[in-house]
Amino acid sequence: MRKMWAFAVFLFLYLPLLVVVVYSFNDSRLNAEWVGFTLGWYRVLMGDDEMLKAAGNSLLVAFLSSLISTLLGTMAGIAIQRYRMRFLNFLVMAPVAMPEVLVGVSLLLFYIQFIGMRLGILSVVLAHVAFSVGFAAVVVRVSLAALDYHLFEAARDLGASPFRVFWHVTFPLILPGVVAGFLMAFTLSIDDFVITFFTAGVGFQTLPLRIYSMIKIAVTPEVNAVSTLLMLLTLSLMLLAMRLAPEALKGRA
Amino acid sequence: MALLEIRNVTRRFGGFAALEDVSLSIEAGEFFTLLGPSGCGKTTLLRMIAGFETPDAGSILLDGRDLAGIPPEKRPIHTVFQNYALFPHMTAFDNIAFPLKMANLPKHEIRQRAKQALSDVKLSDKANAYPKDLSGGQQQRVALARGLINRPRLLLLDESLAALDAKLREEMQIELINLQRDLGITFVFVTHAQDEALALSHRIAVLNCGRVEQVDFPSRIYGFPKNRFVAGFVGHISQIEAEVKESTHGHLRLMAKGIEIIAPPARNAVAGDRGVFAIRPEQVRIGHEELADLRNHFFGTVESLLYQGDVSEYKVRLENGAMLEVLLPNTGRGFRVSDVVRIGWRHDAGMYLHE
Repeated sequence: MRKMWAFAVFLFLYLPLLVVVVYSFNDSRLNAEWVGFTLGWYRVLMGDDEMLKAAGNSLLVAFLSSLISTLLGTMAGIAIQRYRMRFLNFLVMAPVAMPEVLVGVSLLLFYIQFIGMRLGILSVVLAHVAFSVGFAAVVVRVSLAALDYHLFEAARDLGASPFRVFWHVTFPLILPGVVAGFLMAFTLSIDDFVITFFTAGVGFQTLPLRIYSMIKIAVTPEVNAVSTLLMLLTLSLMLLAMRLAPEALKGRA
Repeated sequence: MALLEIRNVTRRFGGFAALEDVSLSIEAGEFFTLLGPSGCGKTTLLRMIAGFETPDAGSILLDGRDLAGIPPEKRPIHTVFQNYALFPHMTAFDNIAFPLKMANLPKHEIRQRAKQALSDVKLSDKANAYPKDLSGGQQQRVALARGLINRPRLLLLDESLAALDAKLREEMQIELINLQRDLGITFVFVTHAQDEALALSHRIAVLNCGRVEQVDFPSRIYGFPKNRFVAGFVGHISQIEAEVKESTHGHLRLMAKGIEIIAPPARNAVAGDRGVFAIRPEQVRIGHEELADLRNHFFGTVESLLYQGDVSEYKVRLENGAMLEVLLPNTGRGFRVSDVVRIGWRHDAGMYLHE
């Protein structure tokens, strides 16, 4: 019985995704019935310059924003955990809890009215950093909290300067957390719609924005195809992280 | 000049004085132990020597050089932490090589010396094992090798044997003594286990409530404790409240709740002083036979006994109500609870303690 429930839950979670994948290979303009197998939609996708440009933008934004937020989040995580900066914790976590619409609107107003910034890739990257830095910080903080404080003292005691303590002890030990934080930020960024919608302006489009503008007209199998590729990417990133993490965790008690 | 000089060190946390005007001097090559109950300040003192805490007042000198302002990594002092603090992401070999790496030694020298250190602690076959795959004793040996590999002036050991089970602890105690003797490196050992302190140390400093109560050789700490705290903290001892009736340079006549005790002379004791008569369990004799040749002999009743195989530990109540602990080897016939026994001790056994 319990297995049945688990099965039902997994079905609920994965069936819609499966449908998207299956219909991306469907030789029909409609998502309604199965006609036959084709790679045609992927061919259409590869020829769709706007879509490719949006995908490229998404990857670039995701890469840049997760890089920056991992860097900042790692520093914040260390500061919160090691120096008990509770207020900082609140500061970096607040955007995580805030409704996305609110964050989007506030950022928009801030960019335009306060600093007179032109909307584009920079404004999107900064917006993504703002909401993902908290996730990175929390993951790093947790992996740091799991470590014995004496390890850092032992390293200093045995002749390591604070920088070398970080490089030889702290960083290798929190690396799984840092990688997890990066991947989390990456996946958050790549599929963000709401905040991106507010902060992208007119000339700049990411994949979710492009998909949205397409489905305003019709959900074509091309959307299925691009979604499948997106899924494939996130899945492989996750698998990569899971392969990386135990490696970095090796030897931990 | 002593290797390590601790001068009038005071440290307060809020209103609580962790250390109050502590002065100690530790000689090169010594196995020196800081002994005291938890919260007595011994760990704080150790952390100050290592450089993780700063004294509020006073100074710490190594080889005559004030250590103030010198960070832990610049001090030629290493610590073996209570839980060893081995780096979990490094093999035993890399853990041991770490201090050499931090000292920027050439690679081939690091490899050679770390290999040697591993074989010194009989762990050559564990070079590539991670700490979690090592037993407690093996972890301990890696931590020791790591702390000693670049020959610090001083090795600090923070309750380093506490995590081991009794049998292994005894083995490690012997290893520790041999290691210290062979290397000639000064050890400062922190423990709350008085038996460990007595077994390992050349000298012991007994700490209580942030103060040094006594610094002496183990046999003097045990045999001639300075005050009631030291007497009670190190080993077993029976204490009976007593008043000095007569004090000569040959002996002390004490009156304890109506019984007269002849005790060894005590400096500064004058008639009328009130304090305690204290005696170790192994100094008290017990038996049916005549103990009349002893200056101190009384009757008592066995209140309880603890059989420990080689010895039995008796608690005997004297006629005046005072309770004495007696240790008796289980060579002959023992006694049972509520047996009335003769009890006695030599006139030069035990001691009078004023404070």
